Amino acid sequence: MIQIIVFAVLLIFTFSFFGWNIYKVISNISMGKSVDRSDRKSERLKTMLLVAFGQKKMFQNLLPAVLHFFIYAAFVITSTELIEIIIDGLTGNHRFFAKPLGFFYVVVVSTIELLSVLAFIATIIFLARRNLLKVPRFHMDEMTGWPKLDGNIILYLEILLIFCIFTMNGTDEVMLNHGWSHAHVDGNSFGFAVSSYLGPLLFEGLDQSTLEILERIGWWGHLIMVFGFLNYLPYSKHFHILLAFPNTYYSNLNNKGQLTNLSNVKTEVENMFDPNFDPYAAPPEGETLAEPERFGAKDIQDLTWKNLMDAYTCTECGRCSSACPANQTGKKLSPRKIMMDTRDRMVEVGENKRKKGKDFDDGKSLLGDYISEEELWACTSCNACVQQCPVNIDPLSIIVDLRRYLVMEESKVPSELAGMLTNIENNGAPWQFSPTDRLNWANED
Amino acid sequence: MSEKIKIPTVAELVANNESPDFLFWVGCSGSFDDRAKKITKAIVKILHHCNIKFAVLGTEESCTGDPAKRAGNEFAFMMQAIQNIQLLNEYKVKKIITGCPHCFNTLKNEYPELGGTFEVIHHTQLINQLIRKGKIQMKGGGAFKGKKITFHDPCYLGRANDIYEAPREVLEKLDSELAEMKRSKSNGLCCGAGGAQMFKEAEKGDKEINIERTEDAIELKPDFIATGCPFCNTMMTDGVKYFEKESEIKVMDIAELISNAADL
Ligand code: SF4
Ligand code: SF4
Repeated sequence: MIQIIVFAVLLIFTFSFFGWNIYKVISNISMGKSVDRSDRKSERLKTMLLVAFGQKKMFQNLLPAVLHFFIYAAFVITSTELIEIIIDGLTGNHRFFAKPLGFFYVVVVSTIELLSVLAFIATIIFLARRNLLKVPRFHMDEMTGWPKLDGNIILYLEILLIFCIFTMNGTDEVMLNHGWSHAHVDGNSFGFAVSSYLGPLLFEGLDQSTLEILERIGWWGHLIMVFGFLNYLPYSKHFHILLAFPNTYYSNLNNKGQLTNLSNVKTEVENMFDPNFDPYAAPPEGETLAEPERFGAKDIQDLTWKNLMDAYTCTECGRCSSACPANQTGKKLSPRKIMMDTRDRMVEVGENKRKKGKDFDDGKSLLGDYISEEELWACTSCNACVQQCPVNIDPLSIIVDLRRYLVMEESKVPSELAGMLTNIENNGAPWQFSPTDRLNWANED
Repeated sequence: MSEKIKIPTVAELVANNESPDFLFWVGCSGSFDDRAKKITKAIVKILHHCNIKFAVLGTEESCTGDPAKRAGNEFAFMMQAIQNIQLLNEYKVKKIITGCPHCFNTLKNEYPELGGTFEVIHHTQLINQLIRKGKIQMKGGGAFKGKKITFHDPCYLGRANDIYEAPREVLEKLDSELAEMKRSKSNGLCCGAGGAQMFKEAEKGDKEINIERTEDAIELKPDFIATGCPFCNTMMTDGVKYFEKESEIKVMDIAELISNAADL
């Protein structure tokens, strides 16, 4: 009974806390501006299935893709086990599905076990790669402190989790061999793919009460790990496990070269060309003059909700930065850092709003306090970051929007570019040539 | 040019109640940059040779606004875009060919929302179609037989618009060896010119991007680096000069390679 009460309390706590976190995430993402991604549904579904579910972009590099896939598949399959855990925990049953599902149960648990072994191997290799091998993208400036720890914590947890699973199944197998197990199954072996061999190997010879205690340690440990993980997710890059799906669904489906056109700029320019336009005219009856919208982005509220969802989805893998021509030639720009900064700033603004009121202004902004002008001006808009991202994140659109604010609201533009812009405005070309000379080439040899 | 080709302007055609099949959008680089003008002329030779009825806007052409937009000045972009679209619509332009992937991208992707919807095609795509139709014949055993060529993907053709095959198909017709750099197609490395970088010094770093990219090419010991963008051409030419390899490696646009090979 005590076990059931403890379990129920734990369960309620886990899911309320998770619910609260999800609420915060959703309300943070909703701080962004609107952008319509409700069109082309079948194309979106296809993108999601290929990129998130099928991990299409990961498979550019086979070995990490396969290893990552083991961990991912183990995670997905192990979560189905959660259903049994909850039923067992709340009813005091032991392996509720073992009897009714019969052979199918053995298949499911065996799959979990086999994938866990593969995930274990993958985790060890990943730990070694992350910490011993000098893979440059894991050692860039933004990958110190929490992001570095975060990357390792999850791998250690994964190993612990796998230990718990095999302790639980292995001891149960030995107990069943001796007729001590609480599971209601026929025969004297579960027949699980790994633990029916591993169990006797490790635990044979222990007495019943030791086995029972070990089994419970495995069960509770496994469960606490899964519940803990669920609540660790929203604070971690591992949130991509959940967000990869909506984030790829809402991908930008246009050609990557297409930047957005700012409609407020379009209106202003059209008015300039319109001889009948009266800039001093009163707004039409019934309409009040809306506060003019900012050009470009200074802080996270000026970005779209998709930019903000991107930020939460970022896995911090650094594939973007290792493909970035600016980053690879020693410039300060790192598209991964752009995403991490956006996320950190969004969380900060969100917390401020919840704690200090909706209109609280901490005097900081994404541009300036997090992302510097030097970073922004290093970008060549080459789209390599967008192309490489395994979860279809678009760092470039944030870079462009921040540039727009710098240039149009603050007139901060590198002097050579100011010259180029003046040329375009005066001569219709980025260089100082007269428009009347444009066809001269036709008469030259 | 060996035989002088008359370059018609749209205004002239319209005055005679005619209209071109293709508007040739030359672009600022193709109009003013000495190196890029040679590419422009090669494109013209190909169009002329294939009897394509084309015309240019001439002095009425103006920057598409790409560098302004990428530099963050949407106002300057919008001024250019709205005026260009007005002109193109007045002339009832339907099809545009251009040699500049930046113009290509802006005309194709960013103008429609502003009221300018055209069929836009990059010169490497058109050349590919013309070769397929048998309109351009390579003279066998020409300058490129047995030579090694590598193609540098322009970002605004490749990743920006997913065009990777047309330029390669064209190059395969040259009777030479087409070698791929270690970073190519969707993994291709930028030449460093895009996003208005062409018009400014690079930010502080430990290397120029075009040097990094030229190294990729030099590794292959090619005879030619083929380009499809006037800005890439400048960047790669500078890169080759930096390594003092001008005598061994030539940087040429696909239009130039084809017009040479076909002896136009
Ligand atoms: S678009 Fe900008 S940030 Fe992204 S890879 Fe290219 S240079 Fe780097
Ligand atoms: S933006 Fe994409 S590629 Fe870059 S670190 Fe995040 S998940 Fe990886």
